[in-house]
Amino acid sequence: MAEPRPVLEMTGIVKEFPGVRALSGVDFRLFPGEIHALMGENGAGKSTLIKVLTGVYSLDGGTVTLDGKSVHIGSPLQAQQAGISTVYQEVNLCPNLSVAENIFIGREPTRGGRIQWKRMRKEAAELVDRLGLDIDVTAPLSSYPLAVQQLVAIVRSVGTGDSDGEGSGTKVLVLDEPTSSLDRDEVLELFRLMRRLRDEGVAILFVSHFLDQIYEICDRMTVLRNGTLVGEHMVRDLDQVGLIELMIGKALDQLEELHEHQLRSDVGETLLEAEGLGRAGGIAPFDLEIKKGEVIGLAGLLGSGRTELARLLFGADQPDSGKVTIGGKQVSMSAPNDAIGAGVAFCSENRKTEGLVPDLTVRENIILALQAARGWTRPIPAAQRDELVAKYIKALDIRPANPEARVGQLSGGNQQKVLLARWLITQPQLLILDEPTRGIDIGAKAEIQKLVVSLSEDGMAVLYIAAELEEVLRLSHTIGVLRDRKLVARLTNGPEITTSKILETIASGEHQ
Amino acid sequence: MSTPSVATTSRWRALTHHNLFWPVAVLIALLLVNVPFTPDFFAIKMTDGHLYGSLVSIVLFGSPLILVAVGMTLVIATGGIDLSVGAVVAITGALTCSYISDQADQNALAGVFLAMGIGLVAAVVCGLWNGFLVARMGIQPIIATLIIMVAGRGVAQLITDGQIITINSEPYKLIGGGYWLTLPFSIFVVAAVVAVTVALTRRTALGLLVESVGGNAEASRLVGIRSRRIKIMVYMFCALCAGIAGLMISSNTSAADGNNAGLWIELDAILAVVIGGTSLLGGRFSIGGTVVGALVIQTLTTTIYTIGVPTQTNLVFKAVVVIIVCLLQSPKFRAKVFGANGPKGLRRAAAPAPATPAADAAPKMEVSR
Repeated sequence: MAEPRPVLEMTGIVKEFPGVRALSGVDFRLFPGEIHALMGENGAGKSTLIKVLTGVYSLDGGTVTLDGKSVHIGSPLQAQQAGISTVYQEVNLCPNLSVAENIFIGREPTRGGRIQWKRMRKEAAELVDRLGLDIDVTAPLSSYPLAVQQLVAIVRSVGTGDSDGEGSGTKVLVLDEPTSSLDRDEVLELFRLMRRLRDEGVAILFVSHFLDQIYEICDRMTVLRNGTLVGEHMVRDLDQVGLIELMIGKALDQLEELHEHQLRSDVGETLLEAEGLGRAGGIAPFDLEIKKGEVIGLAGLLGSGRTELARLLFGADQPDSGKVTIGGKQVSMSAPNDAIGAGVAFCSENRKTEGLVPDLTVRENIILALQAARGWTRPIPAAQRDELVAKYIKALDIRPANPEARVGQLSGGNQQKVLLARWLITQPQLLILDEPTRGIDIGAKAEIQKLVVSLSEDGMAVLYIAAELEEVLRLSHTIGVLRDRKLVARLTNGPEITTSKILETIASGEHQ
Repeated sequence: MSTPSVATTSRWRALTHHNLFWPVAVLIALLLVNVPFTPDFFAIKMTDGHLYGSLVSIVLFGSPLILVAVGMTLVIATGGIDLSVGAVVAITGALTCSYISDQADQNALAGVFLAMGIGLVAAVVCGLWNGFLVARMGIQPIIATLIIMVAGRGVAQLITDGQIITINSEPYKLIGGGYWLTLPFSIFVVAAVVAVTVALTRRTALGLLVESVGGNAEASRLVGIRSRRIKIMVYMFCALCAGIAGLMISSNTSAADGNNAGLWIELDAILAVVIGGTSLLGGRFSIGGTVVGALVIQTLTTTIYTIGVPTQTNLVFKAVVVIIVCLLQSPKFRAKVFGANGPKGLRRAAAPAPATPAADAAPKMEVSR
């Protein structure tokens, strides 16, 4: 196929962090007038590549060529000057300023040191008009919803370099997860703008966790896995199952062989029932039943609503609709306290921001949940406390086995164990584990999985979320499949359930 | 290097590692500065059955500041701040004195106790208001407490009709100006409040929960800590401490001055907390450190007078010392100054510190991702 010359070529990109090779020799190219998806699982190196491209990280190896010329991108400013603009998930604009001011901030048209307000408004209005948007540029940005603010951010980045007539403006536009907080109509509006820019010859790099959106808007995609390039494909040549296989790195039949099965078959009576539980922007209303001693695994790509589902069951976010019954009693779920009182425990995937109190010691972190439940007036007696802490440090093999150590100084795996100990000490009926094995070493991983099995045997229900399908399949009695923030299927684990079956369900989005 | 000196080094290291080392070192240094100017600075004399001396007066005059700073410590540990304590000092003093001055017999114990009760209840109500604004309404602490800081002085002047109310009550005089067992009675009040605070925070789980809320608010919510309730309690406690300080100040002068009582004490209290090693970001707190910090500030004030710094340069001198203290407290500064060729112990003490900002920065990056 006769292809035009790529506007951007990245060759042999290497980026290293202490102890980790985030990118090892990745090639990436981008053609003018195309929308290009960058795909890969969490940790595959997508954001690292984007940050190298936009000058946030310096590169440790490889070359970047823009318009046939080798360029060095040392900072985000240099990237912008070279014609590479980025719009992030969070809008980085000033909500109190007008739309026009936001579009021109930092490069206002001036004469004799004074800003030419009229000219600025006129040019902003022209730019907005040219892109087919209906926005009043004199209104403050905050008067528009988030979706429009995002469009303004794009207009701003496209307008870079236009105002003084020099340069050709934006050649490459990077959109990093722009759709994650938009509803359907807003996404369509964004896509309209993207198509318009594409037709004007801008090369757009698009990152999204929603597969449907990729297939709707993108022309070409590059897939990364573990910091290496897996392939570059035209979107029309690769179906969703094929894409997921590339992202995960195993052919479907290969995955089947790994499948093993050694679960306790009988589970107890119903513990928790959720009916029509949902939250706008989080997860569509779902029904879920969890039995005593049952392990329910949640499968789905990152951003498919796994965490959102778990947070609703814990009251960490407030549901808009539906109700939860635990042990026959309806629980209001308006705050974590309600869920904790009903015997639910939740280990967040964000250990640092939502789990640990880094300044406190291992002992203090472990007893925190139990102490919170008892209230401040009833401290756990010192002897009992030390005994409990020592017991769980030993049982979970937390290292160093020093209850006085500051928890912020422990390794990831040990921090995870401290969180587990914190909740196990409260003897919950339902334990929600969100990505408990992410970022921890293989030994600790196996220990945590073994622990889940033994807890289930003791009658504890576990809701288990993991990115690795094998892990979910190995541990779960029941597998909930999520896609695009919807619980699309509930599969009872058995010999006929395989990772490929789950992948097919994720890809097709329906129960078969 | 011989064995004993290795042991000495490690003991020295453990000492410099202790979180009270720098505050205490600064306090001792400040006290020593006085000796050349006042040779009998450390002398304590017994006159009329009362102990007199510079050390006694430092504690005596520092008493209100210690009280306010102890309450402030808990507020700061939750990640907040309370600017209203100075105004609360004024309100409490004004209410109590105006009630006593209305009594036929100002020396009647019942009347004095009732007056003190009214003053302290008013203080606690102020704290409840602050806590309500911060914890329930979600207003930033600095703004929420600014309201009473400004309006409270007005209220105090309304209570006193814009006058300075003077009273003549022997029982009330005891709290801030009286003596008991040879020592100023204030010292016993302060000791009692400090002891109660330490017991309340360390013998119950309150201290742990406060540190957890200040250390990681979201994690605390997800672990089921009722952080609103804790915050409200802490603001009420802080106001109560300020109220007691208000009684002490008005008792010492036997007068209520709505305009000047406790003026700027909130700033000295915040400074004392920081010198004591409690971070303004919240989390770990140290009551002992705060007491030392308040003594440092009071010693500084006393020193300015004893070494005869010209009055017009008072504040500048104070500022310079405070800057030095803060620099000494900063691990980064210590690493830079002592790190290269300073004593080994100092270097070791400073070494682990740079890791802290990095660890703190990491979660913030995750949030923004």
